[in-house]
Amino acid sequence: MFSEFLQYLFTGITIGATYALIALGFTLIYNASHVINFAQGEFLMIGGMATVSLTAMGVPMLLAIVLAVVLAGLMGIALQRLAIAPAKDANVVTLIIITIGASIFIRGLAQLVWGKKYHVMPNFSSDEPIEIFGAVLNSQSLWVLGVGAVLVAVLVYFFTRTMTGKAILATSMNKDAARLVGIRTQMVLMLAFMVSALLGSIAGIVVAPITFTSYDIGIILGLKGFVAAAIGGLGSGVGAVVGGLALGVVEAMAAGYLSSDYKDAVAFSMILLVLFFMPRGLFGAKVVERV
Amino acid sequence: MAKLSEFRLKGLVFLAVVVFALPLFISNPFHYSLATQIALIAGAVVGLNLLVGFAGQISLGHAGFFGLGAYFSAIMTSHYGWSAIPALIVGAIGVGIIAWVVGRPILRLKGHYLSMATLAVGFIIAIILNNEREMTGGPDGMPVPAFDVFGWELSPFGEYSLFGMDISGDLAWYLFAGVVLLVAVWLAQNLIDSPIGRALRSVHGSEVAASVVGVNTTKYKSLVFVISAVYASVMGALYAHFQGFITPAVAGFEFSILLITMVVLGGMGSTIGVIIGAVVLELLPQVLADFQEFEMVLFGLILMLTMIFMPKGLLPTAANFLAKRRAKSAGGNA
Amino acid sequence: MNGTLARYTKKFLAITAAGLLAMSVQAADPIRIGSFLSVTGPASFLGDPELKTLEMYVEKINKEGGVLGRQLELIYYDDVGNASKARNFASRLIRSDRVDIIVGGSTTGATMAAVPMVEQAQIPFISLAGALVITTPVKKWVFKTPQSDRMAAERILDDMKSRGLTKIGLISGTDGFGSSGREQTLVVAKEMGTIDVVADETYGGSDTDMTAQLTNIRGTDGIQAILNFGFGQGPAIVTRNYAQLSIDLPFYQSHGVASDGFLELAGDSAEGLRLPASPLLVPDSLPESDPQKPIVEAYKSEYEARWNAKVSTFGAYAYDGLMLAVQAIEKAGTTDKAAVRDALENIQGHVGVTGTYNMSADDHNGLKADSFRILEVQNGSWKLVN
Repeated sequence: MFSEFLQYLFTGITIGATYALIALGFTLIYNASHVINFAQGEFLMIGGMATVSLTAMGVPMLLAIVLAVVLAGLMGIALQRLAIAPAKDANVVTLIIITIGASIFIRGLAQLVWGKKYHVMPNFSSDEPIEIFGAVLNSQSLWVLGVGAVLVAVLVYFFTRTMTGKAILATSMNKDAARLVGIRTQMVLMLAFMVSALLGSIAGIVVAPITFTSYDIGIILGLKGFVAAAIGGLGSGVGAVVGGLALGVVEAMAAGYLSSDYKDAVAFSMILLVLFFMPRGLFGAKVVERV
Repeated sequence: MAKLSEFRLKGLVFLAVVVFALPLFISNPFHYSLATQIALIAGAVVGLNLLVGFAGQISLGHAGFFGLGAYFSAIMTSHYGWSAIPALIVGAIGVGIIAWVVGRPILRLKGHYLSMATLAVGFIIAIILNNEREMTGGPDGMPVPAFDVFGWELSPFGEYSLFGMDISGDLAWYLFAGVVLLVAVWLAQNLIDSPIGRALRSVHGSEVAASVVGVNTTKYKSLVFVISAVYASVMGALYAHFQGFITPAVAGFEFSILLITMVVLGGMGSTIGVIIGAVVLELLPQVLADFQEFEMVLFGLILMLTMIFMPKGLLPTAANFLAKRRAKSAGGNA
Repeated sequence: MNGTLARYTKKFLAITAAGLLAMSVQAADPIRIGSFLSVTGPASFLGDPELKTLEMYVEKINKEGGVLGRQLELIYYDDVGNASKARNFASRLIRSDRVDIIVGGSTTGATMAAVPMVEQAQIPFISLAGALVITTPVKKWVFKTPQSDRMAAERILDDMKSRGLTKIGLISGTDGFGSSGREQTLVVAKEMGTIDVVADETYGGSDTDMTAQLTNIRGTDGIQAILNFGFGQGPAIVTRNYAQLSIDLPFYQSHGVASDGFLELAGDSAEGLRLPASPLLVPDSLPESDPQKPIVEAYKSEYEARWNAKVSTFGAYAYDGLMLAVQAIEKAGTTDKAAVRDALENIQGHVGVTGTYNMSADDHNGLKADSFRILEVQNGSWKLVN
């Protein structure tokens, strides 16, 4: 009984950590520019696919990972400079459509370059699952959780202690005021997208041994990340993490205890419930609407 | 306001001309089939436009209502022997009620949270349609009987005569869909010009200001949500009968995104504009089909570039451009 | 009404010119083979090898002189796994491209969506999808090359019966293939009477972890074996989770993962699992006397040489579809659709990669459950056991 519960919990936390990392990416970009980046999932995909193809060409694993992450970062910058910046003061929905177009474009490129197959990535450490009180945990899951925690800590430090991080926050709060104070807002926006892409790609690499990787894994994972970010409250880093973990656990519990057919429907219903009682998500900022 | 309604009438007349003149230019039944689909989807998009373009509420789950209408008609006519029109009407009423019940709590949300909630609703509908294999045929889909009007059947494969001329089922369906679209546009335009429409536009402009002035924003938002859902349901039902076969993809996330993309691409708030959006996005895959593996890349590229350079959408940008040209040539010598 | 008259005159002239042109090139007219496949999208596991197969063999046949002295022309569209698009492309193939025969329809949904059109246009259609409903009840113009999912279920349950297994658990994907396979498994188990499906779980197409479902199945009383019906990467994840949870029960997969690609993804965790498949994966195990041996070996080596990728069962469906089409056209001596259809229906003893086809008026599939062999994964590769 207990071991079953524990099993569901482990599964939920592992998937949840993935969602959390993607949600953090959404949050970052949202914080800097109020844009919901539907191409976020594609950064995940680039991380995993680039690493796999580089290692297949003979590049050592560590270098491949670095290169893949750098590639994703560059794509993030490109996305901001070429797609978002030119749209300037476009409508929120228009920006969403632009990011959707970007995600289709990136996916199309990935399919051309890397093909349509699914690829496997070896576990970072051992293939032996770890047994805890009768439930098993994939050793890679610990990596996901660990890397996730480190990234969250780094982000928190970045936003609260460094000048650049504070500059990003300032830009999101009031772009014009930030510019007046001397912050180079264009640079800040590019930076936000780059960091978000780095985040997404690292998440994609660390998760790939568990989920396999292919050119189209970005769609659903990106979507779930958005869902997690919304539950947690857009703009809140803590919210993103909590939202992601919560979504993963609810999914796993629903699959285990209710019906595996409807586990996604259960998760989505929970989201509606959360939003019903907390219209700005769990940790969403109480924004005062200026009239 | 006279000028505005004048413009709207021109739009409707223009559309009518296009719809009825098209048969003079195309004869391939495949093209009729495509045009019919475009007309039906455009009808749903006209409804969505009321919600997104005029009331300013984002919906990422609208295909859910389209799918519900489609499946209700399919199941009732297929398993229970209902006639098509009662099934369509009852389905529309049912979807309207669901939209009312679901809309009230959801529409209290703002911005991205609202889109999140509509996304969730769409997904839940799609999942139910996919899983209930007994009733819906599951992910492999189910066949749908032809559309019938009190025993008289309208099928893309039939032979009919109109005003003494022989017309094929494809052409007949096309004309039917065209008329339905015109009615849909006419209704939408009347709604926009009515007190309800003005209330909606005030909500879009500034919800706080609108409620201060005494507009019951909740009631109007729910109303337009229901109306747009009913539009989708009716179009979905007709679509099901026309295609003769539906799968849960008709309620899915990708279709929802396609619908809202049509609205934004064509021009939010412009009834004719969104129809153009529907035409472009339905024809683009056909045009790009010859590019084989470059289809996805090209599609994404075209979408991005169009939205970056024409953020207001195709029609408003074109209208703006023409207006500027006219102004230039008029005032250039002044 | 001058404008209208001018328009009609232009149209008339254009049609006349086209007609004259068409008549003049009749002799060198290629045989048009139309196809709509799920080359990209969630079913690309099916459509991609199918397209590759069609392309390479049309090329090969053309090099060897074509069919009836005419070259083959392959016209194909990608339906992205969407049934509505499939219907549109089928319509386009029939009415715009005017193909002579259609070999396509990677998924059941795509196939069924196109069926009304095919029946009305009276054009022979060889589907590459597996659900029973495609050819049962028989439709005049629709044929298919894969065995139906019901046959796979029969074969698997038969093998389980021979091992004395009576209580099994089922885990399937919520996609068309998995869902249909699950249904057939339940039906066949009931009919057989000796096997009880005591656990029934599902997972979504993009799910990344199935430990919860497997834990549930493992916890069911008296469970003796587990069957996974699905295709794509889902079954690979199930297999890995299976190994992680150290579930020691006999494990069966469906023919949906009968490919080396699956072994690549699942790795060591696939050890010991069984599934029904055509002999494509184990051509060496076939005795010299087996008529399928040369065909299977040829297809495998040619495909792998051309595309530098491992063969897949799904590509073989396309191979068989194309070869059946070619044989029918040759037998009929013409591309007249009704004649080709009749020829197709009367094909007997056609040795293909998937099996040996014996078509008839009430069997437009032509295969029996015994065209499936049971394979087991031993030491990381496929071995024929039954």
